Amino acid sequence: MTAGRRGKSRRPVLRSGPLAVLTYLIRRLFAAAVMLVVIIMVVFGIFFLVPKWTGVDIAASFVGKQADPAAVEAVREKLGLSEPIHIQAWEFFKGIFAGRTYSTGGDVVHCSAPCFGYSFKSEQAVWPVLTDRFPVTLGLALGAAVLWLVFGVAAGVLSALKRGSLWDRGAMVAALAGVSLPIYFTGMLSLATFAFGLKWLDAQYVPFGRDPGGWFGGMILPWITLAFLYAAMYARITRATMMEVLGEDYIRTARAKGLPERTVIGKHAMRSTMTPILTMLGMDLGALIGGAILTESTFNLPGLGQAVLNAIRNQDLPIILGVVLITSLSVLLANLLVDVLYAVIDPRVRLA
Amino acid sequence: MTAPLHEPTAKAAPSPVAEAAPGAVDEAAAVGGDTGPVQGRSPARIAWERLKRDRLALTGGAVILALIVIAVLAPVISNLVGQDPDVFHEDRIDPLFGTPKGSLGGISGEHLLGVEPVNGRDIFARILHGARISLLVGFLSALVAVVLGTVLGIVAGFFGGWVDAAISRVMDGLLAFPQLLFIIALVSVMPNDMLGMTGSSVRVFVMILVIGFFGWPYIGRVVRGQTLSMREREYVEAARALGAGRLHILAKELLPNLVAPIVVYTTMMIPTNILTEAALSFLGVGVKPPTASWGQMLSNAIDYYDSDPLYMIVPGVAIFTTVLAFNLFGDGVRDALDPKSSR
Repeated sequence: MTAGRRGKSRRPVLRSGPLAVLTYLIRRLFAAAVMLVVIIMVVFGIFFLVPKWTGVDIAASFVGKQADPAAVEAVREKLGLSEPIHIQAWEFFKGIFAGRTYSTGGDVVHCSAPCFGYSFKSEQAVWPVLTDRFPVTLGLALGAAVLWLVFGVAAGVLSALKRGSLWDRGAMVAALAGVSLPIYFTGMLSLATFAFGLKWLDAQYVPFGRDPGGWFGGMILPWITLAFLYAAMYARITRATMMEVLGEDYIRTARAKGLPERTVIGKHAMRSTMTPILTMLGMDLGALIGGAILTESTFNLPGLGQAVLNAIRNQDLPIILGVVLITSLSVLLANLLVDVLYAVIDPRVRLA
Repeated sequence: MTAPLHEPTAKAAPSPVAEAAPGAVDEAAAVGGDTGPVQGRSPARIAWERLKRDRLALTGGAVILALIVIAVLAPVISNLVGQDPDVFHEDRIDPLFGTPKGSLGGISGEHLLGVEPVNGRDIFARILHGARISLLVGFLSALVAVVLGTVLGIVAGFFGGWVDAAISRVMDGLLAFPQLLFIIALVSVMPNDMLGMTGSSVRVFVMILVIGFFGWPYIGRVVRGQTLSMREREYVEAARALGAGRLHILAKELLPNLVAPIVVYTTMMIPTNILTEAALSFLGVGVKPPTASWGQMLSNAIDYYDSDPLYMIVPGVAIFTTVLAFNLFGDGVRDALDPKSSR
């Protein structure tokens, strides 16, 4: 596996069938696991090493400005900050898979797996916080993704097919504007117009379990706002890719052998066009599911992004670690899913 | 439609507004583009001549120049209109609601874009000063990314082997990171005073470094790929055969051929970085008040979009205009430098 990773002499070993896909998958999974461990270590680094260099004391910042040294020491003890960093990291890892036991000042608390620790600020367990907020973000990301895929890709394909037309120019101007607008500004504009001005929609988040209709109504503006930005990006990429694909020889061949244009575009050209789109979708969706920080804070949605933003403001490391882990995990899983789709769609990928 | 093609550079200044829908102009011009006597033109000249015909890109470029002037002269201009970005004008505020007196957010001859709610600071002066932060962070963080990306990309592509493997893994890793999250986290653990700097300068410095650091893999990947493909070309081989050292090949043979992709990625990175800075300030981890920044103004405006919509619209439009100008210019530069492009 490692041999022949590079170098010109490498000949792809032609294998096919489920076995090739399986080894490919295992390799990807392994890489993903390594990545996850690295990310956790980096987060630990940020919150334990960086403050050491820069002289910011997390424990002191909890106690307040005029901190009494004994109080700071007590907080440090309680938060487990006095342990060496590798012990803390190990305890953290262990907690996720096996649970861990805290004993502070006589009390013994057991936190069963998956244990992400307790919030420094609210002293709640982190895991329920994450599971509470995850559905909010997931709903936001998936709903928006459907919208932007449909509209973005369609706009891009149409633009590429009618290059130079009024539609093309209009769509591309709109797309350029879309990628130049900060999402919180679009969000505020849409809130001011549709929720407060015209009063068409509610700007209130309602959990799906309580009232599905209310949930849907409250999500319409966030969905459209988020989808607008991504649709603009996807339309630009789709147009460029489609135009490049249409210049390829195999498209000419397909046309020359008399295939109807619908088949040439819909089957032959679309397949190649969708490959980079799929890559982007994997990364974007993964990142959003881990917390759409800007959208959530604009629309006041109680999702992971809002949780992590508050946690960062409070330097609440356990919550940050939890969300970062979820984010990274969802990015990795989404990329993995895309890779699998590739391997299914495009046989060349299996050999790469 | 018939742009004069052999005008000397004196006519470089474009008519900033394309009267018809833009885009058609470029294609029409490109078809008849090479009608002059045949003579050798350097790639840079070809690119410049293409760019010169792209009115949208030139408009973007003109706006960028204007913004740079505004940012540099911000204190002078705000003095000229007699406003300071940090001075309170509480007499302009309706004491009952905290919103500006008068219509349209308190616009008057004195306060050209009105005043902020509650404290009545002049919005025009704050917008001018906000441009400084946006451009400073946008440009310098792109510079950090370009330097890191170019050096590491060339090293990876040129030396190959385990060096390449290591650098490539780091790039893959950084690209898979939840970036905004990490930038927020990093900025928030930075101290208030550092290296003799205080307050907002620390934040600006940290933002430049951190945004630049997360940006370099984008450039690094492209540079690596280009270097990898060029390293085996004949002219490099020829140089090697003539006894050129590695450094000579790197600096004289490879680097000039990397300029085009580097320029393209840099121009496209600046608007992204400006948006990131605005987002950080919006989220409250950017520059510290009272330093003016567009993102921060928007974040304050979120409580007033009902009662004082102009407070939100002005900084929003400022960010939009700036980023759009850079995007237009960047698209133009990309098309002009791309040998495959037909425009």
